[in-house]
Amino acid sequence: MALEDSHVRRAAHLARLAVSDDQARGFVDDLNRILEMVDQLQGLDTEGVVPLAHPLDATQRLRADEVTESSQRDTFQYSAPAVENGLYLVPRVVE
Amino acid sequence: MMQWETVIGLEVHVQLATRSKIFSGASTAFGAEPNTQACAVDLGLPGVLPVLNEAAVSMAVQFGLAVHAQIPEVSVFDRKNYFYPDLPKGYQTSQMYHPIVGPGEVEVSLEDGSTKPIRIHHAHLEEDAGKSLHEDFHGMTGIDLNRAGTPLLEIVSEPDMRNAKEAAAFLKAIHSIVTYLGISNGNMAEGSMRCDVNVSVRPQGQASLGTRAEVKNVNSFRFVERAIAFEVERQIELIEDGGKVIQETRLYDPERDETRSMRTKEEANDYRYFPCPDLLPVVLDQAYVEHLRGQLPELPAAKRERFERELGLSAYDAGVLSASRDMAEYFEEVKTVCGDAKQAANWVQGELSGALNRENLVITQSPVSARQLGELVSRVMDDTISGKAAKQVFQALWNGQGHSADDVIEAQGLKQVTDSGAIEAMIDQVIADSPAQVAQYCDAEPEKRGKMIGYFVGQVMKASRGTANPQQVNGLLKEKLDALL
Amino acid sequence: MHDKTVTQLAAALAGGELSSRELTYHYLQRIERLDGKLNSFITVTAEQALKAADAADQARAKGNAGLLTGVPLALKDIFCTEGVKTSCGSKMLDTFIAPYNATVVEKLNAAGTVSLGKTNMDEFAMGSSNESSFYGPVKNPWDLSAVPGGSSGGSAAAVAAGLVPAAMGTDTGGSIRQPAAFCGITGLKPTYGRVSRYGIIAYASSLDQAGPMARTAEDCAHLLNHIAGHDLRDSTSLARGVPDYLETLDAPLSGLKIGLPKEYFGDGLDADVAAAVREAVRVYESLGATVREVSLPHTHYAIPAYYVIAPAEASSNLARYDGVRFGHRCENPLDLTDLYKRSRDEGFGDEVKRRILIGTHTLSEGFFDAYYKKAQQVRRLIRQDFLDAFEEVDVLMGPASPSPAFDLGAKKDPVSMYLQDIYTISVNLAGIPGISVPAGFVGNRPVGLQILGTHFAEAQLLNVAHKFQQATDWHRQRPAFAKENA
Repeated sequence: MALEDSHVRRAAHLARLAVSDDQARGFVDDLNRILEMVDQLQGLDTEGVVPLAHPLDATQRLRADEVTESSQRDTFQYSAPAVENGLYLVPRVVE
Repeated sequence: MMQWETVIGLEVHVQLATRSKIFSGASTAFGAEPNTQACAVDLGLPGVLPVLNEAAVSMAVQFGLAVHAQIPEVSVFDRKNYFYPDLPKGYQTSQMYHPIVGPGEVEVSLEDGSTKPIRIHHAHLEEDAGKSLHEDFHGMTGIDLNRAGTPLLEIVSEPDMRNAKEAAAFLKAIHSIVTYLGISNGNMAEGSMRCDVNVSVRPQGQASLGTRAEVKNVNSFRFVERAIAFEVERQIELIEDGGKVIQETRLYDPERDETRSMRTKEEANDYRYFPCPDLLPVVLDQAYVEHLRGQLPELPAAKRERFERELGLSAYDAGVLSASRDMAEYFEEVKTVCGDAKQAANWVQGELSGALNRENLVITQSPVSARQLGELVSRVMDDTISGKAAKQVFQALWNGQGHSADDVIEAQGLKQVTDSGAIEAMIDQVIADSPAQVAQYCDAEPEKRGKMIGYFVGQVMKASRGTANPQQVNGLLKEKLDALL
Repeated sequence: MHDKTVTQLAAALAGGELSSRELTYHYLQRIERLDGKLNSFITVTAEQALKAADAADQARAKGNAGLLTGVPLALKDIFCTEGVKTSCGSKMLDTFIAPYNATVVEKLNAAGTVSLGKTNMDEFAMGSSNESSFYGPVKNPWDLSAVPGGSSGGSAAAVAAGLVPAAMGTDTGGSIRQPAAFCGITGLKPTYGRVSRYGIIAYASSLDQAGPMARTAEDCAHLLNHIAGHDLRDSTSLARGVPDYLETLDAPLSGLKIGLPKEYFGDGLDADVAAAVREAVRVYESLGATVREVSLPHTHYAIPAYYVIAPAEASSNLARYDGVRFGHRCENPLDLTDLYKRSRDEGFGDEVKRRILIGTHTLSEGFFDAYYKKAQQVRRLIRQDFLDAFEEVDVLMGPASPSPAFDLGAKKDPVSMYLQDIYTISVNLAGIPGISVPAGFVGNRPVGLQILGTHFAEAQLLNVAHKFQQATDWHRQRPAFAKENA
């Protein structure tokens, strides 16, 4: 399944990566070589095989409903790029 | 003229009333300072991992059992990937392919007293997002992530509703079930329950569905009706004018009472759902589900039916009194204390509901407790006080004057006088003081006397400061006046 | 002093022959003197280290010392360390001071070990050569023109050069075992779920696992004793008892059944590497083990499956780096989309972008079934290959990598780089443990023998590796770089 420029642009948009025209060309080449390697999978018959999401057949442990965290806002916001009145700031979002 | 049929499906997001978040130990309390309840996990800091809250699971299962749904043994969390500033990890942990609650059904009550079954497609657990605050921070938007990670149960109906009233009734039924179960506070004003409506129209008799619009932000029972009304009219007009409904997301604006398209220049999203590798499959064994089933309270539909069948209430009264668990519990306590369902129903729906509405209170905030009201009703039923005095007692209890009906009756001397000797003495005094009225009474046509007796009753009641039993006064007066003819 | 193993240092500390402060100071001196040539550390926390060393000495004076109290080590810069920059080798996190400790870090602190700092790595652990780090490539102490392997290349190079006696790494597709092999040290990737992932910056969540890198299997056993176990904060960590890994180290190997997967000795394997591995197997035979050939028929599909699953998970795991709450943010964003796109374009390097794009593409509508679902099906087949093999034999052996360390800049094409992980990657897909031990040289570059066991067979792997190290001295070889700079 060869990949085209439009696929790369769409993936870049979905992943919110700015990709220049030059970069896009390079990525199309790289990604096609990777997908060519990946496409070996298509040659294997997996009819009826249940997909494996986790390597161990374990099940989810449930946590008791207890409040264990207290505010660490100042610590958490120490590395934040833009904060005011305890809020994270982003360019205006229009709804 | 073409006849159109409306087809409606609802997606209801219910915030579950857990103490902590679905995947972290941060508090879910409403109204805290911004970002003080967003812990490392809620913020999606590098390296953090989710652990599932047992209460969120049990609440979802309780809901499923309440709507007679299948509870699959295995459910799986998936990631829904998209970028938005109030979504810290760049994905929402949700359940796409294996939800915790399978197909079910809700019986909703319509205004004409009939009921209609609405099918539930499924319900799944997911995490809530934070909030964007659009006040002006130098042209920036502020992000508060306190709400991020609050557990949500998204309940998805089948497109079984055919008009706005049915949709509102479905939403009320869901509200009633989740509050009965105590799994949500159901507070729509605070966003604890939010609703998206899928609306389409089709020519009457057509089997296939029309193209639907998804209307977001429909967050009150009233808005559901209004948003649907607007959307149905818009779609019909559009089609009749030769246009086509497009599948899109629209936003309901309550201020303008309209829906408008949310489509932007950006291409449609692709959420790239895949199983969340940080969470393992949730496996619910039969014993756990049965344990929860055993703990289910009596639900609104069953309660309504019992109120009609066992207590002899009208369909309307039974519906109103069973609509909320708090209301039903209050009513049942009043009934138990006074021993009479109909009297209890009259008082709860009459005097009490009137007072609550006037002061904009919900039943749990009532200054008059169910026990107090029950005792008050008992005192009316055993003739200790008159109906009129009872209203006075109720008001006094409402104002916090006295701990019980008996306290107020005692303090205000409202005990009904039933001693016929005392009443006779008052009557004799009134007759003696009203010679002109007595003469008129005697001269009047017999059929007009009945009306004229009211004057004497009023005088006697006044003399007794309302404590004389009116029926008794009426009977004795008639006897004594007729003796004068 | 820096030639000693963790085990020897622990004994010296316990015997009062040296203090943790002396030891820590010695290693810090070496780092300062030598790391300019290796670039194995991103951050050296000298001040905190000396403080921790003093605290360890005081604890020992009061009789509160554990086995590892006062032993210096280093952490791959993927482990969150409270109050210390945690960059994951990326410009994206160049300014990120972690506000909390990873569970592994907490456990090591509780054991009284002394962290000297954070080691260099491929950006977000994506790489097999350590050349994708924002902080520049790491050099292999055996040959400064060679790569140290990746992604835990900083940890491997630092241990091999005697800048630290042991270090923590993580392994998603071979990132502990391959650099351990390239640098001539011992590196253990435990069973998925054996060590908590909490606080380890995620690359591919269903594959990532942390483990120790040191000179010997015995040292790895010491460290695994302290970091293994169930963590309530990691849903994927297993609630299963942790044995004492030191206790079984010396168990005899007579009767041990070794399987050699024929797919691990095929085309593409360097002949000298193959010879070294076969020689190592003969050592095992002399120790009483029996050897037979086995087959892992789906080996060929491991790299393709991995390059669907790992990038897919990564594309989602790395979505949180959006310039809002932490990490790099572009200057003067025009609007929200610009903020996202430029921050991420500037913050991520090319290899990370490639994997995000691949992952985004293979998960997107119309491609999911053909790629992601298919890869997960293949993943089950790969795991089954191992489970079937472990019905017949106790452990599997083979090379850790098809060749010894390659030259810096030699693998320009991403796919040729990916193919380096042919022997390590299926282990992560299956979730089983694996260890790489030094087993010879090709020229001056080390060769690693990889030993694989079934789920939770760490004790057996450590035992098998330890007995080899008692019979050989490959693990005692030191690079000239370390000797010249003694």
